[in-house]
Amino acid sequence: MQAMNYRGPFRVRIENKPTPEILHPNDAVVRVTRSCICGSDLHLYHGMVPDTRVGTTFGHEFIGVVEEIGPSVQNLKVGDQVLVPFNIACGQCAFCKQGLYGNCHESNSMATAVGGIFGYSHTAGGFDGGQAEYVRVPYADVGPTVIPEGMDHDDALLLTDVVPTGYQAAEMAGIKMGDTVVVFGAGPVGIMAAKCAWLFGAGRVIVIDHLEYRLEFVRSYAQCEAYNFKSLEDPVLFIKKTTDWFGADVCIDAVGSDACGSALHTITGKKLMLQAGAATALHWAVNAVKKGGIVSIVGVYGPTDNLVPIGNVVNKGITIRANQASVKRLLPRLIEHVQAGRLNPKEIITHRIPLEEVSDAYHIFSAKLDNCIKPVLITGKA
Amino acid sequence: MIAEQENYKHINGWGIDADPKNEPTYPIKNYTEDDHKRINWDRPVLQQPTVEVLHSNERPGYSAVIGETLPPSGLSGKLRRYAFQFSESSYGHWLPLLLADRINELEGIADDLRNGKIPNIMAERGWNAEWKYNRLGVMRKIAVGAVAVGVIAALCKLKKRS
Ligand SMILES: NC(=O)c1ccc[n+]([C@@H]2O[C@H](COP(=O)([O-])OP(=O)(O)OC[C@H]3O[C@@H](n4cnc5c(N)ncnc54)[C@H](O)[C@@H]3O)[C@@H](O)[C@H]2O)c1
Ligand SMILES: [Zn+2]
Ligand SMILES: [Zn+2]
Repeated sequence: MQAMNYRGPFRVRIENKPTPEILHPNDAVVRVTRSCICGSDLHLYHGMVPDTRVGTTFGHEFIGVVEEIGPSVQNLKVGDQVLVPFNIACGQCAFCKQGLYGNCHESNSMATAVGGIFGYSHTAGGFDGGQAEYVRVPYADVGPTVIPEGMDHDDALLLTDVVPTGYQAAEMAGIKMGDTVVVFGAGPVGIMAAKCAWLFGAGRVIVIDHLEYRLEFVRSYAQCEAYNFKSLEDPVLFIKKTTDWFGADVCIDAVGSDACGSALHTITGKKLMLQAGAATALHWAVNAVKKGGIVSIVGVYGPTDNLVPIGNVVNKGITIRANQASVKRLLPRLIEHVQAGRLNPKEIITHRIPLEEVSDAYHIFSAKLDNCIKPVLITGKA
Repeated sequence: MIAEQENYKHINGWGIDADPKNEPTYPIKNYTEDDHKRINWDRPVLQQPTVEVLHSNERPGYSAVIGETLPPSGLSGKLRRYAFQFSESSYGHWLPLLLADRINELEGIADDLRNGKIPNIMAERGWNAEWKYNRLGVMRKIAVGAVAVGVIAALCKLKKRS
């Protein structure tokens, strides 16, 4: 089969690979119809995630058709059209039972600090991902969800990660009615977090980024304010001033380790790799939130250390809430929101690129060329 | 709770202010009271690895499902095996893995060459798209490159003469 193939930092190509097989009785093999490139894939693409082995196929956002099922699979049948949450989750460990499907303990041998994720390095379990014609899906009875009748497949595709992640970012922010919510990052995740903040009763939503085309998009898509940190000089001071010198009620970090905006963080985090990426947005979030405020982190950081003003977290009494999105927990509610038209995820898709052109697709998304917000890879046989 | 109270009856006031509603992770997490049973849940069927799979030393064995892609091999593999002797809390774990990744890239190129394939690194880096959408940037890079080469050549000439 054809599959995306990682060759080293900034180098990916399409290559032939053996079609995946059932390795566990509760596995399924899914024929992928479309997949996305995610901001998280960029951390891999930039060579920042340890144990990203050459030859890995990325892709944790995909939908497709069940091609084959293992002997113990009961909830799926061959031919079902499914959307597959990006987390691999067993459904029966203590963590899954608590709804922490992003933190399953039975899906990743290689690390205890992160659950299994499709196509996300050996640190996240060593599974191949869905930027391919076929993909092995473990725990087929738990994760994959049959796409509801009448749902647009692009919407279904974005329900595998972006929508739940943006929603959970807002949920973890513990928004009270009337709160001022500041979202750092106007990528797909930040855009969705801004949109979802209203569902929790936010009174004012402010998005910060430096890419003008994304700010413009989020302003109309999420009906919010959007500011360019390059022209703000000091985004923290700006937020203080615009909240009557109080600080935002909640701040959301939807940027993660590939942040720009601080020379110190960029050099130590991205060039010298002395910290696990640049924690610029998190730094701003901690300093811009009010005393006793909440900082919600969905931006992804590496497994080592980052420079974070932890002293201010203590002295301001800040609550930090963070996680990988628990896609399965949120799906029922989010499907309702999409069906009711409260969320319209597919509007963020800007590019449809055949899987064969995966090298260009990665470069376009990584270098933010051609006003790219969310690229979808279309698989040939689909 | 009652049984626990028995265990701690030697401590005056044990549990007196415990408030089950003070659960800052809700609704992210539904507290099931299973945490104190530790990892003794009913496990799924265990996958038996058919290739070499490294596992974190912070767990007693493999997870029930296992990613069997790309077992460690070559020099990078040696480094990865070494790394897995250290916990996820240790630089001894992550730094060798990052180094292994860099070596693995070179091994990938060697593999390509061995298979009679010269990797098209420009294409892999998406230069088609760069040319299409950022032509000005490409030209700038080429110009900067040309100037740099010119300067170096001139400097070399000067050196030779002196
Ligand atoms: N926790 C989860 O479950 C989960 C799931 C998906 C993605 N993520 C993470 O969310 C983050 C965003 O993902 P995405 O797909 O939107 O990526 P993206 O790269 O498209 O978007 C990131 C945005 O942040 C902007 N940015 C950079 N530095 C900034 C700064 N200092 N302040 C404000 N904005 C800044 C960039 O210009 C860009 O628009 C990534 O770190 C990704 O790994 C987490
Ligand atoms: Zn993702
Ligand atoms: Zn689990």
